[in-house]
Amino acid sequence: MADKSLIGRPLGVTVAEVEKGRLRFFAKAIGETDPVYTDEVAAKAAGHPSLPVPPTFLVCLESEGRDTDHIVENIMGFDLGRILHAEQGFTYHRMAYAGDVLTFDTRIKDVYEKKGGALQFVVRETRVTNQSGEHIADIRTSLVQR
Amino acid sequence: MAIVKYSQVQVGDTLPLMQLPAINRTTLALYAGASGDHNQVHIDLDFARKVNLPDVFAHGMLSAAYLGRLLTHWVAQTQIRELSVRFVGITQVGHVPNLIGHITEKFEAGGEQRVRLAIQCSNQYGEPRLVGEAVVALA
Repeated sequence: MADKSLIGRPLGVTVAEVEKGRLRFFAKAIGETDPVYTDEVAAKAAGHPSLPVPPTFLVCLESEGRDTDHIVENIMGFDLGRILHAEQGFTYHRMAYAGDVLTFDTRIKDVYEKKGGALQFVVRETRVTNQSGEHIADIRTSLVQR
Repeated sequence: MAIVKYSQVQVGDTLPLMQLPAINRTTLALYAGASGDHNQVHIDLDFARKVNLPDVFAHGMLSAAYLGRLLTHWVAQTQIRELSVRFVGITQVGHVPNLIGHITEKFEAGGEQRVRLAIQCSNQYGEPRLVGEAVVALA
């Protein structure tokens, strides 16, 4: 059972390096055919220093090296079998590229319920920065337990 | 990519429709590997049946990635300021993702001209699976 005292609780800091091969595999998996996402020559011709990290890939990097099941079960107090991904949001401040080393600093942003407690929501927020300390993005992930 | 200009777009304008190939098991296996989301409900039919599901189903974030493609097909990714989605229905194997978007607002913020978009991923039956919003900067 999630409660409001969790708001503000840190969920840890993780670091992930953006690898070119991983970006090409992700492009294949989502059917992305724009060469900017797979071919460094095309990326540079479009003004990028290297292959760009596509908009939603940040959540994939965020989950690296983090025991999400442990967080959901032991910190949020949720039953893994009853949770669903409710919402996902991104606010972008600058681009991330292959070769960047990104830091993901996550905390619980909000806890609330709907339908008289039948639905419980936990929102976590992650601040993403790069190796120069520049603010790349903020990621919001909302989970619901039914 | 044709350059989209702020002065030339209006509230109500639609983005080019994107219809993608039907989701199959290979799609899900590839997305599991590439995303790092190895949750068995998306890739292992035996496991899905054990937990009383009729079949494996698509990762919600796969459709979110498709909505990212809808945006980057329209403008350069450097122009995307916000992207948010709500997961409103399960995408099953065999569903055909239809991605649509239209402009809901023109405004200025952060010293630049921006548009807000309503975006949606639905299946071939017209059932919304993801509904969301995006903010894009336009010159």
